[in-house]
Amino acid sequence: MNGSAARSLILGRIRDVVVASGGRTEPAGAEHARIERTYNQGPSLPRDACLELFIDRLKHYQVAVHLCSRGEIAATIAGTTAARDKFRLIVPADIDPAWLSSGAGFVRDEGLGYRDLDVSDGVLTGCSLGIATTGTIVLRHGPGEGRRALTLIPDYHLCVVLADQVVETVPEAFRVLAASRPALVTTISGPSATADIEMTRIRGVHGPRTLDVIVVDAPIGP
Amino acid sequence: MIRVGDAARAPDFATAAKGSLANAQLRRNVRHATDVIRGKRALVVGETSDWQQLREAGRQIKAHVLRHLDTYLQQFEENCTRAGGHVHWAADADEANRIIVDLIKARGESEVIKVKTMTSDETRLNVALEAAGIAPYETDLADLIIQLGDDRPSHIVVPALHRNRAEIREIFLRRMNLEALGGEPEDLTAAARQFLREKFLRVPVGFSGANFLVAGTGGVCVVESEGNARMCLTLPRMLITLAGIEKIVPTLQDLDVFLQLLPRSATGERMNPYNTLWTGTTAGDGPEEFHVVLLDNGRTKVLADPHARETLHCIRCAACLNACPVYRQTGGHAYGSIYSGPIGAILTPQLQDLQHSRSLPYASSLCGACYEVCPVKINIPEILIHLRARIVEESGAAGERMAMKAALTAFGDPRLLKLAQTIGRFLQRPLAADGYIRRAPGPAAAWTATRDLRAIPRQSFRDWWASR
Repeated sequence: MNGSAARSLILGRIRDVVVASGGRTEPAGAEHARIERTYNQGPSLPRDACLELFIDRLKHYQVAVHLCSRGEIAATIAGTTAARDKFRLIVPADIDPAWLSSGAGFVRDEGLGYRDLDVSDGVLTGCSLGIATTGTIVLRHGPGEGRRALTLIPDYHLCVVLADQVVETVPEAFRVLAASRPALVTTISGPSATADIEMTRIRGVHGPRTLDVIVVDAPIGP
Repeated sequence: MIRVGDAARAPDFATAAKGSLANAQLRRNVRHATDVIRGKRALVVGETSDWQQLREAGRQIKAHVLRHLDTYLQQFEENCTRAGGHVHWAADADEANRIIVDLIKARGESEVIKVKTMTSDETRLNVALEAAGIAPYETDLADLIIQLGDDRPSHIVVPALHRNRAEIREIFLRRMNLEALGGEPEDLTAAARQFLREKFLRVPVGFSGANFLVAGTGGVCVVESEGNARMCLTLPRMLITLAGIEKIVPTLQDLDVFLQLLPRSATGERMNPYNTLWTGTTAGDGPEEFHVVLLDNGRTKVLADPHARETLHCIRCAACLNACPVYRQTGGHAYGSIYSGPIGAILTPQLQDLQHSRSLPYASSLCGACYEVCPVKINIPEILIHLRARIVEESGAAGERMAMKAALTAFGDPRLLKLAQTIGRFLQRPLAADGYIRRAPGPAAAWTATRDLRAIPRQSFRDWWASR
């Protein structure tokens, strides 16, 4: 059977059975708009509680969280990487240059090969969104976030999250995403993990085994 | 042809279950794994205040998609194609396998790295790839354990849960040609990381299933934990995705429901470590060539039965397996299908013809635990009963049907019932003792093999009432 034959066969079968059961009474768009979405659309928490929840959830995934003000980003990056013994992080070529002003060594990604990424010390990126209830970081792989391989192959990922990027719930995050229709989205909730062997949770399988997060300008105490 | 793994050749459930029940190690492993997931699920579901509303929204979205499936599939095709992807259609397993093999051969490649996907187990893609001289490498840790151990998956989400660490160590030592290997899960995971790393960086063809196809954008979403899927979806030059036609969601916004329901139900996490959503091809990021194969393989047949259609709502979270008192005793292999547990018991017999897997709808006590935990509210017990009825209708079980008809007639007429009771009292004389029939003759023996049957009492309620 050639491809187009299967296509018309499958679409024809669907039409036959759906029409036969008399279930279709209005166009797809109109019916879709009537779906009951009574689940929490968020937000319901004050901002400081939302940020605290985000940080709490990250820590639950054993992510190390550092807080700083906008003026301290470069210094906090330098301090965090030094404490991890990481001295040459890869950065997206279009990252905010102010983040790199501490003088530590950074390698700009201008088409690095997979093997280069594999032997690197790690990667530093920004992100698009944070989701508090799930401790999730959302990348759209736009400016400052790097192509997908960048936050995947290196064994260490340091991510900078601005407080005003953090939303409370999953539906809020998807409202933002749906409005911008990004071609690529990666969500990251803690370091890679598996529980395939006797349900014992092991952190760090193929993605970065260590994830550090810097939260900038969070309206909460240290 | 329509195929669900090897299920057409599998022994019936009751026979296969006897073997599983005799394997104490297997039962311990299954019990432990399902206990752990159930506990975690209960915690993260319990902390939400809107779980029932999410379930209802999930159910409504899925039912809506099925009513407009042709529209949404064409919408997906159009948007995916516009974004640089290629969409193929496969009526059955063989056609899907052929398309995939041809695509890989057209690029002159002989290796493929695979993301965990039930759908390729359904079509037995690996067998077709190997027959064509293409080496498939499973990259999900559990799937790797299954592949290296020449084993079969026994669970939808954690397919190797029937294996413990000692068994896995044995398999890895032997098949990865290692001289030494520790016995802790950390050691085994590290061995898998090392074994696969080189393949991720080198193999030019990636293969995946799909958790969701977004009609409105042409995007595909894959949900995972380990990062192996991100590797397979990002690093190769060519990517092929095989997806059942029911995987459609209308819009990106609809994912907010399913990405809350799925991780909490499947692994008891608020969110799984990684989700990847991609649309066609993107210059400078990821594969330069992307193909989606849309698979029917019996799904339109399921759609045709209005009483069982909601089987296609399934998002493969396996919460029903973990909750099922039957699955928890037998494990997955007894079901003879890659789709095991309650969802397997309704999905496998419908995808294939009912004469295969016809014992599966009986592999349940109808307790309803599966329905209660189902994140998209599939009424599995009701579909099980419906399928049992279809099996009786479609089979030649004439004796049972005649007996039921006779019973219907007798219960419909007080005089006939009285007559039947009188005859029954006479016939049961050699069988009844202390008010019970413990061993019925002929085909009725199947009933009394595991239960005692109450004998017809000397005096019926009607007689007693009349005598007052």
